[in-house]
Amino acid sequence: MENGFSNLSRRTFLKTGGALGALAVAGGGLAATDALFGEGVAEAHAEMQEKVTWGHCAINCPSRCPLKFHVKNDEIVWVDTDTSSDADFDDHQARACLRGRTYRRWMNSPDRLSYPLKRVGKRGEGKFERISWDEAIDTIASELKRIIDAYGNEAVYIAYATGVEGVTTGQPFQRLLNLCGGFLDSYGSYSAGQLAYMQGTIFGTAGGGSALKTAEDAELVLVFGSSPTETRQGGLHTHYDFVQLREKTKGKIILIDPRFNDSITGHSDQWPPINPGTDAALVAAIAHELIKKDLVDVDFLHKYCSGFDEESMPEELRGKHLSYKDYVLGTGYDMTEKTPEWAAPITGISPDTIRQLAQEIATASPLYVVQGWGPQRRSNGEWNFWAICLLPFLVGQVGKPGTNNGNRESRFSVPLSNFPSGKNPVKASISCFLFTDAIDHGVDMTATKDGVRGAARLSSNIKFMVNYAGNCLTNQHSDINKAHDILSDESKCEFILGFDTVMCDSAKYSDILLPDLFRSEQVSLASTGSNTAYIVTAQPCTSPKFERKTAYDVCAMLAEKLGVKDEFTQGKTQEEWIRSLYEADQEKDGKLPPYDELMKAGTYKRESPGAIAMKKFIADPEGTQIGTPSGKFEIYSQKIAEAIDTWEFAEGEIVLPIPAYIPEWHGVETVTDEHPLALMGFHYRGRIHSSWGSIDALKEVNPQEVWINPADAAARGIVSGDKVRVRNEFGEMEISAKVTPRIVPGTVAMAQGAWHDADMFGDRIDKGGCINTLTTQRPSPLSKSNPQHSNICEVAKA
Amino acid sequence: MTQHAFYFDGTRCTGCKTCEMACKDYKDLDLGIAFRKVYEVTLGETTVGADGCFTTSCVSYALSMSCNHCDKPACVEVCPTGAMGKDAERGLVSVDADKCIGCGYCHMACPYNAPKVDRAKGHSVKCDGCAEFLAVGEKPVCVKACPARALDFGTVEEMAEKGERGNIAPLPEPAYTEPNLYIKPSADAKPAGDMDAKVANPLEVM
Repeated sequence: MENGFSNLSRRTFLKTGGALGALAVAGGGLAATDALFGEGVAEAHAEMQEKVTWGHCAINCPSRCPLKFHVKNDEIVWVDTDTSSDADFDDHQARACLRGRTYRRWMNSPDRLSYPLKRVGKRGEGKFERISWDEAIDTIASELKRIIDAYGNEAVYIAYATGVEGVTTGQPFQRLLNLCGGFLDSYGSYSAGQLAYMQGTIFGTAGGGSALKTAEDAELVLVFGSSPTETRQGGLHTHYDFVQLREKTKGKIILIDPRFNDSITGHSDQWPPINPGTDAALVAAIAHELIKKDLVDVDFLHKYCSGFDEESMPEELRGKHLSYKDYVLGTGYDMTEKTPEWAAPITGISPDTIRQLAQEIATASPLYVVQGWGPQRRSNGEWNFWAICLLPFLVGQVGKPGTNNGNRESRFSVPLSNFPSGKNPVKASISCFLFTDAIDHGVDMTATKDGVRGAARLSSNIKFMVNYAGNCLTNQHSDINKAHDILSDESKCEFILGFDTVMCDSAKYSDILLPDLFRSEQVSLASTGSNTAYIVTAQPCTSPKFERKTAYDVCAMLAEKLGVKDEFTQGKTQEEWIRSLYEADQEKDGKLPPYDELMKAGTYKRESPGAIAMKKFIADPEGTQIGTPSGKFEIYSQKIAEAIDTWEFAEGEIVLPIPAYIPEWHGVETVTDEHPLALMGFHYRGRIHSSWGSIDALKEVNPQEVWINPADAAARGIVSGDKVRVRNEFGEMEISAKVTPRIVPGTVAMAQGAWHDADMFGDRIDKGGCINTLTTQRPSPLSKSNPQHSNICEVAKA
Repeated sequence: MTQHAFYFDGTRCTGCKTCEMACKDYKDLDLGIAFRKVYEVTLGETTVGADGCFTTSCVSYALSMSCNHCDKPACVEVCPTGAMGKDAERGLVSVDADKCIGCGYCHMACPYNAPKVDRAKGHSVKCDGCAEFLAVGEKPVCVKACPARALDFGTVEEMAEKGERGNIAPLPEPAYTEPNLYIKPSADAKPAGDMDAKVANPLEVM
């Protein structure tokens, strides 16, 4: 039913009614009119028909909701989702969020790309001219060949991008470039780079968290820096799961955050405000209280952890006061006792509250400690993550029903195979956050200074870059002004291929810019889940409009030009790949429905058995190899101790081998007279990162604002709705103020992902309120990741 | 006539605005027009003491609301042309676009910010409960959209069993128009008429 009328039956035709319907009936019914006027009339009938196709969201939000497109005359009329009128609270429907409900607006957005374009202005200026697909493919292929010949494959890079994520055919460029000799790979993410590094370091292979559902059995659910209802908003994901948890648990929920986030809405008793970036100080003070009151589960710590006290330190390091207990009691490291009185002015949490919290943690059983990705996306994020994970171990609340290991909750999904990327002949990789460094001075980047992996140093700067479905060149990268200077210099990265659905800020830096089709405009398949696993499918909701093409087809065209078409496609279309990969998965799984059935149903769901973090290791620590140096959860990390000895760090950088509190370079303890406020980002309901950032209907009711406490606002003469200037050493923006007690004094917050809107060849003042106008490109010390919540600034009335 | 009503569960709502956007998409509403809106009410303080510690009395809650299809609708009362009326089957208030002259009295009279004159269309527009869905036994699009399952719609008897009539701030006392909105308030919610409980997101709902 691709063209919308092959399913036209006499019954539906008669039901259709309206003027054209009446005319056709007068003509003697469908069969007769077909005979008289041929297909033209059938098409006219089709105008009256509404067809429904399943599609799905494919953005970097793991909710990845099913969408039900109602289409008339090859145009979307409205977008429904997995829902029904009779569903009750426990019916697991994957209902799309407000963003999913605006797909029609996005697909028809004035920013939508429709033709291949070539840049005619300066890089970043946004001036383009329409070209043919032939010219586009020729140019891209010849530039790729030229650059590989001149600089080698290590000069080719695929930028970190999350505009298309989770679909089984989302990464065709990896395969294409691997067939052409490979590319400089990247590791980490802008979401959870610090966490990923630390999870492997301290947990080995046993780091996965418990399901959110597991928390339903807990007596105390302690949440650090997370807003499950905002970060994963639709579908059968943490929004729904958290609302379920709130209602089902008999336990208490405490949500520690500098911001009274939307997950706390209506439940203010759950909010102890904290200064951003100080979670590890709070944990140290809780540990102090637990140790002093003899509430620590020492046997548990000795059995499962390395480095809590002298006795559990690696043998050769004993007697040196390097344990966490030494840190807490002031007998090691900075020789300062981490009393609640010590932590209070750092965290903003009173000594009494800290003691009460410690008492609750000590007595709650089961205790479920969980964190979002806020605490780790910071300059000291590695240690915040680590300290929060330590907390449940201190009281032996890991590995049993109702508990978690302090990591973010795990997600349950049905594993599906992706379109194979093949083998990358290039061994070197960089932290994705450092790509602008690698463009600017890649050849100076080394393993011990910059975290280059797979090689001691890079052999080339990045010279050719693919930016498919990404806005991380500027908007979602840090220090946009610096990024612009690097990217706009055409002598540095010599060619940038952009490929997107809309003209986002990063797309303006493309030399050739290609128009993408949404995954709901092509055949697609994705798997996701939280408490419930679900698979979502897409059939094209409309025909491809203008000259937009799928990423697969474009890569196949490039492959042909580069002489690797047969290897790339193996004779298959994208749909044939999707089907054959799925059918192999189906055979392995045994329970999945047949492909055609799945495509028709749109969604397939599977209930989670409910994961408990580290269950196996806690049940059998000797028999379970987790791969850390000590074979246990590392409270003292030998890997980090080695890095301290062998890596080169920035001047003054503090790196410790225990989950200590390290004051941030740009944080609440390091504000200055010039920049006296801390500034953090958060996820906003109206966007996921920068996706949907240009949709007027969403912007209208989710305005971009800087949240400022009434005390800080009053001191600056600011009232809600005022235009203010926010500035720091990296840049300046103009934005509206939201004066609210929902943010702690001394810190201001703005949702990340707003579309950068500045004259980059003029005053560079960002009118869009993009936080990355004000963030740094200095990476966090171990994972070399983005510390985009660690900023200081001043706010003044505009 | 069986009066129908909306239900709002304030303990579940997270203020996400999916209801509002689903309605906007289905009804194809332009900027400046929304039949359902989500209000943020925030009060209290978060302060820092001389010791550097925070104290907070901050409470914040969301209220999702469309037209409440009142028993004594102010919009119907003030309408000079009889364009605004309650339907005989379910007691829903809707506007007859042919009769409406776009004077805006309904907009000014409604204490729930429901009807609005669409200047492009030249007449008043508002929630009709998704009449075409109701006709085939379905619920309104906003109710079916809610990811948190915080909304419902049905007969006034069914909805009254689940909550109290229009009883939280910033709503006026329900006696005024007798709204067909039944609410289960969150712990943070203040009673209707509480003068301290103000709308904290005026830009988003006007």
